[in-house]
Amino acid sequence: MKPPPFHYHGPVTLGEALDVLAEAGPGGKVLAGGQSLIPLLNMRLAAPSHIVDVNRVPGLDGIEAGPSGVRVGALARHAAVERSPEAAAAQPLLRQALRLVAHPVIRNRGTVVGSLVHADPSAEMPAVLALLGGSVRLASRTGEREVPAAEFFTGPMESALRPGELAVSAFFPALPARSGTAFHEVARRHGDYAVAGVAAAVALDEDFRIAAARVACVSVGPVPVVVDVTGECGPRPAASVDWEAVAHAVRDRIEPEGDIHATADYRRHLTGVLAVRALLDAACAARGEES
Amino acid sequence: MTTKLFGEPVRRREDARLITGQGRYLDDLGAGALAAAFVRSPHAHARIVDIDVSAALDVEGLVAIYTWEDLPGALAEPLPLLIPHPALTHGRTAYPLAREIVRHVGEPVVMVVARDRYLAEDACALIRVDYEILKPVVGVEEAVRGVHLVHEDVPGNVGAHLVQEVPGPAGQTAWEAIDAAPHRLEFRLDVERSASMPLEGKGVYARWDADDESLRVYSSTQTSTSVRMAIAAKLGLPLPKVEVIAPDVGGGFGVKIMHPWPEEVLVPWAARQLNHEVKWTEDRREHFVSSSHERGQVQHVRVGFDDDGRVLGLEVEILHDHGAYTPYGIIVPIITSTQLLGPYKVGAYRVEFSSVYTNTVQVTPYRGAGRPQGVFCMERTMDKIAAYLGKDRTEVRAANFIQPDEFPYDQGLTFQDGRPLIYDSGDYPEALRMLKELIGWDSFPEEKARAAAEGRRIGIGVGCYVEGTGVGPYEGGHVQITSDGRVHVSTGLTSQGQGHETVFAQIAATELGVPIEKVSVVTGDTRRFGYAVGTFASRAAVMSGNAIALACRKVREKALRIAAEALEADPRDLEITDGMVHVSGVPSASIPLATVAVLSNPLRYAFDEEARRATQFAGPASDDRPPVAEGEEPGLEGRDYYSPIRSTFAAGMHAAIVETDPDTAEIKILRYAVVHDCGRLINPMIVEGQIHGGVAQGVGGALYEKMVYDEHGQLLNASFMDFLMPYATEVPRVETAHLETPSPLNPLGIKGAGEAGVIPVSAVVASAIEDAEGIPIDRMPISPSDLHALRQAR
Ligand SMILES: Cc1cc2nc3c(=O)[nH]c(=O)nc-3n(C[C@H](O)[C@H](O)[C@H](O)COP(=O)(O)OP(=O)(O)OC[C@H]3O[C@@H](n4cnc5c(N)ncnc54)[C@H](O)[C@@H]3O)c2cc1C
Repeated sequence: MKPPPFHYHGPVTLGEALDVLAEAGPGGKVLAGGQSLIPLLNMRLAAPSHIVDVNRVPGLDGIEAGPSGVRVGALARHAAVERSPEAAAAQPLLRQALRLVAHPVIRNRGTVVGSLVHADPSAEMPAVLALLGGSVRLASRTGEREVPAAEFFTGPMESALRPGELAVSAFFPALPARSGTAFHEVARRHGDYAVAGVAAAVALDEDFRIAAARVACVSVGPVPVVVDVTGECGPRPAASVDWEAVAHAVRDRIEPEGDIHATADYRRHLTGVLAVRALLDAACAARGEES
Repeated sequence: MTTKLFGEPVRRREDARLITGQGRYLDDLGAGALAAAFVRSPHAHARIVDIDVSAALDVEGLVAIYTWEDLPGALAEPLPLLIPHPALTHGRTAYPLAREIVRHVGEPVVMVVARDRYLAEDACALIRVDYEILKPVVGVEEAVRGVHLVHEDVPGNVGAHLVQEVPGPAGQTAWEAIDAAPHRLEFRLDVERSASMPLEGKGVYARWDADDESLRVYSSTQTSTSVRMAIAAKLGLPLPKVEVIAPDVGGGFGVKIMHPWPEEVLVPWAARQLNHEVKWTEDRREHFVSSSHERGQVQHVRVGFDDDGRVLGLEVEILHDHGAYTPYGIIVPIITSTQLLGPYKVGAYRVEFSSVYTNTVQVTPYRGAGRPQGVFCMERTMDKIAAYLGKDRTEVRAANFIQPDEFPYDQGLTFQDGRPLIYDSGDYPEALRMLKELIGWDSFPEEKARAAAEGRRIGIGVGCYVEGTGVGPYEGGHVQITSDGRVHVSTGLTSQGQGHETVFAQIAATELGVPIEKVSVVTGDTRRFGYAVGTFASRAAVMSGNAIALACRKVREKALRIAAEALEADPRDLEITDGMVHVSGVPSASIPLATVAVLSNPLRYAFDEEARRATQFAGPASDDRPPVAEGEEPGLEGRDYYSPIRSTFAAGMHAAIVETDPDTAEIKILRYAVVHDCGRLINPMIVEGQIHGGVAQGVGGALYEKMVYDEHGQLLNASFMDFLMPYATEVPRVETAHLETPSPLNPLGIKGAGEAGVIPVSAVVASAIEDAEGIPIDRMPISPSDLHALRQAR
């Protein structure tokens, strides 16, 4: 469990980082929090020839929260985003989701943007980005591009990031007034990747009827699966929604697979249960109530 | 009295060191050593066609590459079969490096030594081994079909087959008793594989002294004395030229009583070959695929019983998965088949096991060592009888208990030590009474109804066990009081964090009447004590504890003799308090033990003030007898051994309350209660710690841990990401109560406690889930996904 040989680079400016990445090409890998990359190296499941450690690059750890949403820099740690009151105020789903990501010591080093680029279909933050319709900003020596979530996640552990690119930040949009969010998941042990998990966002109209309802499901497809259930939920108050029908709609749209921890059938069942729980909580939050 | 420490919850003296990073584990040693790494088989069953090392030769820092062809003499022979048994007709062990055939993924094929572990692994990655793939055998049922063979010369893959029978009171066979019984049940049970999984893997560090032709080996082992003998034998070295030391060991739980591991003989051999220190530190992946697993069994049960639930006849057929080799013999299935009976009288009993080979990692004892499977079998049987008769589950158990006035109780079987299975003492009805009170058994139905009214599902479960502890053959203790008044205790068995330093010091302090601060304890160092067996089978306290007590008594007797002379008193009038020997009731007539130690060793040379008193012109010693009297030895030290006639039987009963989520099928343990009887308690806090750790591992076995092999014999979850050991967040708070029925077999009246916590947990949790769900639970562990599937199939 020792990594194969690689060249280590520790750039101290963004320009230098992009230069090194450009030269390294497909053999280059960015090292952020290292919580996913280092285990892959130690198990010799990845053998990049160049590791570009961006931890010394200044200005990448920003968390900018405003009325339109939250922009999270490449070196903002899970823990920093989780604890930021401004981020929680602008987009409460960030904190709700981050509490479910691993354990505190891992959140102290792991980064939100690293989690997005890593694109594990069981991870929480890709689902959050997908649900909110956020985006990732990618920089390279030749310029920057902003890739929307729907195009960013291309497969299990695969993203739109190209060789030579550095993800410099991600943007998580805020939701309109009278909206609420929630994240429910079942993991085998506290802090493990979820067997199934659902992020939900609900918007109410002026009469507190559900105007829009969406869920993003983890661990049930190659990428986070976003399901719009506005049709099944609205326009009705949460109390008079046929939740069994909603669960059914969600179960219909996912493609879970069985593995050593759970059968596909259980994942499908569970995702329906969690979707209803998350939507009910999100509707409560949208009314400004505690769930 | 400050020195009466036996039975007190003395704080563990080793903790300050261990929890502040001051521990000295294997990998903390040998910073200058070369590193070993291994090319291991990627296939479950294959013939080695060719090994091509040429590409690895260019790795800078490479020192040596070895294959089986390079091994000389005894090293080229199969590793020892440690515990032969007549029923193990087809015992097979591996070669240190595979010879021709590999029989499980992870079997070592090539050893690489390089400047550091990184380079050694780089070289390993460049070595090409060509394999001809053979058909793998996975799973016991596949194995007994015998279509494909793990060992060509073992027909049907059956390594061992053993039947034990105890006739009923009227001489009837189990079959007859079951047939004649008013009620009968028949069912199948499955227990998954798990493993000891210590946080510190194995490791070996060897130093060869070429001038002295001697070898010092450090190994993360549960038995340094036996590793030493194995190394001496395999390397052809005189025993006095080999010393083996177990440094701080980060957990063993059974896997490190297995020995010699291939690495334990190869690393010292390479150190001698290369005339350079060599070290190997096992990594987690290696531990998963090349150490040992345990548990995996399929059981077929037939039971006959009367209207009260009293068992009249019991027949159990066990298929035991032994993995690819049987170096530790058939200890695990023997323990399952004997300890299965627990605290019960079952009328006529017949147990039969087949221990079969599969192309998977070998099976050797893991904490509990076959008992969790046996207890699962017996306790599921009790619950099924209760369900069938519509009786309270504790009532059925009570109807079958051995009664307190029936000890010693002979179960009529042969135990793992080759001796009769005779329980020495116990009080099972009292333990059950205490447990029911602790968990609130009788008021649970109301609690369950209240929960149901809130839409919650809860259930309660119970499980009982008896554990044979402290197996022989022997352990020894050496105690020396030096002229500074310090007491040096050593014993040959090893420590893996249990708290031996504390309890052995408590025993010595109590026996000798000295402050515990004066006592130091060394374990597992063959330089200090060469005769020992090892730490396993809940035996350390019973075996070394008693041996140390006996050694202390010898020292004490000698100290009193010498002090009596100095004080001109009768030794029978003397006692020792706080390190001072004094005449009972006359504290002023006293002499420090330190001085007694000086006087015990007649000296020619005075090397300090104290020592002057023992030199030839100093004292009143009479000149009509030699300075060291006949039959005496110089020094204030003693050595003694404890060798029990047979094992002593601890017991316990656990109960749990679980909640299952009606929608998600998540399973949560709400409460966990333990009543535990390990005879006289040396240190109740340490016993509780042992129970907590055991319960944690039991929770792993009940709800989380399994070794998932695919049909090719690949272990799919060989990492801590996918092999789910419970975190602190998954382990319930454990509520304990102690019962003390002393063992009549040993001077201290103690029984073992090390494995207890783990033994009944799967049975208890299954019982509770069954109560919550109303679905039979016959297979452990159980995950939410499994529970969901059971609900769907209902
Ligand atoms: C025990 C454990 C449990 C975990 N549990 C969970 C969990 O429950 N849920 C969950 O979501 N995650 C979990 N994780 C993963 C954790 O959240 C990781 O931190 C995260 O997935 C990756 O972030 P990182 O900063 O550590 O990335 P790294 O490990 O540094 O990198 C991961 C990958 O992303 C690339 N990368 C990272 N940052 C950039 C960038 N700025 N630009 C371009 N490429 C980049 C790297 O090249 C690499 O390929 C767990 C990790 C561990 C060790």
